[in-house]
Amino acid sequence: MSAGAKLGNPAPKIRFREPQIEMAHGAGGKASRRLVEGLFAPLLFGASPDPLGDAAHLKINGAQMAITTDSFVVKPLAFPGGSIGELAVNGTVNDLAVSGAKPQAIVVTFILEAGLRTDVLQAEIQAMADAAEKAGVRIAGGDTKVVEHGKADSMYITTTGLGAPLAGVEVNPQSVRPGDKVLLSGPIGDHGITILLARGDLDMEGDLRSDTRSVFPLVNAVVQAAGPGVRWMRDPTRGGVATSLNELARDCGLGVVLFEDSVPVHDAVRGACELLGLDPLHIANEGQFLAVVAPELAGAALMALQEAPGGSEARIIGEIRDQPAGSVLVTTLYGGTRIVDMLVGDPLPRIC
Amino acid sequence: MKYVDEFRDPELITKAAEEIRRLADPNRHYRLMEVCGGHTHAIYRFGLKDVLPPNIELIHGPGCPVCVLPMGRIDDALAVAADPDVIFAAFGDMMRVPGTNGSPLEHKARGMDVRIVYSPTDAIKLAKSNPQKHVMFFAIGFETTAPSTALTLLRAKTEGIHNFSVFCNHVTIIPAIRAILDSPDMRLDGFIGPGHVSTVIGCRPYEWIAMNERKPIVVCGFEPLDLLQSIVMLLTQLQKGEAKVENQYKRVVPWEGNRAALKAIAETFELRPYFEWRGLGFISQSALRIRQEYAEWDTEQRFQVPGIRVTDPKAAQCGEVLKGVLKPAQCKLFGKECTPENPVGALMVSSEGSCAAYYNYEHRKANLLTSISAPA
Repeated sequence: MSAGAKLGNPAPKIRFREPQIEMAHGAGGKASRRLVEGLFAPLLFGASPDPLGDAAHLKINGAQMAITTDSFVVKPLAFPGGSIGELAVNGTVNDLAVSGAKPQAIVVTFILEAGLRTDVLQAEIQAMADAAEKAGVRIAGGDTKVVEHGKADSMYITTTGLGAPLAGVEVNPQSVRPGDKVLLSGPIGDHGITILLARGDLDMEGDLRSDTRSVFPLVNAVVQAAGPGVRWMRDPTRGGVATSLNELARDCGLGVVLFEDSVPVHDAVRGACELLGLDPLHIANEGQFLAVVAPELAGAALMALQEAPGGSEARIIGEIRDQPAGSVLVTTLYGGTRIVDMLVGDPLPRIC
Repeated sequence: MKYVDEFRDPELITKAAEEIRRLADPNRHYRLMEVCGGHTHAIYRFGLKDVLPPNIELIHGPGCPVCVLPMGRIDDALAVAADPDVIFAAFGDMMRVPGTNGSPLEHKARGMDVRIVYSPTDAIKLAKSNPQKHVMFFAIGFETTAPSTALTLLRAKTEGIHNFSVFCNHVTIIPAIRAILDSPDMRLDGFIGPGHVSTVIGCRPYEWIAMNERKPIVVCGFEPLDLLQSIVMLLTQLQKGEAKVENQYKRVVPWEGNRAALKAIAETFELRPYFEWRGLGFISQSALRIRQEYAEWDTEQRFQVPGIRVTDPKAAQCGEVLKGVLKPAQCKLFGKECTPENPVGALMVSSEGSCAAYYNYEHRKANLLTSISAPA
């Protein structure tokens, strides 16, 4: 969220009319957006907030900085390829990165449930330390609260990150133009499906690992190669690629056309989605990002991505068009099309 | 991915679409009903309308179990689960279906013990690991899911699991098709027959449609090529003036069905004299109930079930849409009061419901530019 509070403005317009908070309000889809835009934004940011980005870019005493915060409530705490501690660092690092900033420092809050085993906590603190070292950020401070047993799922972690804006790039959905290309850094859905399988409710196993990682090196590669042409970036976490691109379509008032066959998806993710009736475009990611780049620089951006470590599976997956304004359209190789909306609520498996 | 990619092959799909254009008489309008909600979903998801000629109209049928379930049944189950000693277990499909005071998911957020299971045997596991609680499995579906519920009942009896029961909402497909055909305002040329249901019941139960009603029916798979091939088969029959049952989904559907599954159903279930279908009203002998021998595992026989009946909002035209008389967007509430987030009618809830499928995949395509092509 960006935009500073504007004092002296007329009374804020609260549009959120739902009587209570439901799980869907935290799922990252339409309901989340209604809550943030209808209740938080009018009261905290005044009547005309800037588009809600991944991190706020502020100028304090002449110094530019980026700031963001994120909370992590994942269950199970550890899963193939990662754990809550690693996510808590990478998630915040990535929000800074896709806002066009180099992550510098993080402060952390732990909410611990009484009865949590020390070895479990220690493993997560270690995971944070390792992830921070890998991402090149300093953990500069923190706070701890303990709640009664049964009042939290073992542990919740909140991280707040500070970054230094990169020179030569400005991320703003309003700058997106028809003809721009949509880049994706790698295969989607690994994280969401890994978590779904790791919960153990499904009698399914797959050779899958969460993709959690810092995307800053990849973002930096794109910015160095195509800085002035980079219009917008986002890490498609909850709600997946579909939700991030729908937010873009609404914020820029243009259409996003995706070429389904160009979107990289691992077979294990596709298989699980086919079985469960889910769309990979709605599944969460933790180590990928989307970028919209001007057409003349898109080739250079893609090449830089593919040459960077961990970027070999990057693709151009679509482009910006005038139509369908405010929506995302997926096309298939044989000429079929469908609209892909934001995720509504949590993705639920379809069986009957 | 094997068994999937070959049925989505662009070249084969293009060929099938050409075959359809060749077979379709340009002076004739074809109305074909896909009975199954899974087909409706696939048609929208793969954008198949875009590859069909405009004179082939696909009418969405009643084969979405969540859509045809009256709201009162959900209220009944939620009333039983209001007891803190009861765990409400159901497939993910059911979780967002609204009852009068909210969906199971909303009740869960307010503290009700609601669990998503992936098969009824998971509900038995739940009962075993929560011996102090009662686990109610909300069973739903056509003949596709009825066998797994039947096997679960058999297992509960054999293993003597007493803290488990089934709230049975299983329905049968043939009476629903009959109700559609009896509807005076329907003029259909043929049916894309249910795929998964037919793995259990086989193809014979459809023979009356061909013989008595003189309508062709092709049992069909769920991939784009399956659907297009079935349309080719229907058009071929119509061109020759034939009406027979054909099986396009031979890789999965045996002509005689699955005898073991039918036996398990017959052992545990019997037909209800009548059952209410949302949008279609009461249809006689159209649903299953649990036999007396399994009364201990029947939620309706074991608990005080209030038997709530809720009339659908008058403005919602779910019945007309369900029967294929109206297109989703022709309903007065479509996309205004009724959206996937705040569904008024059940067809907007399940992703197999024709309104939700139309809303999610189609309705904003109307104002599209025509020239959309993939990058070189």
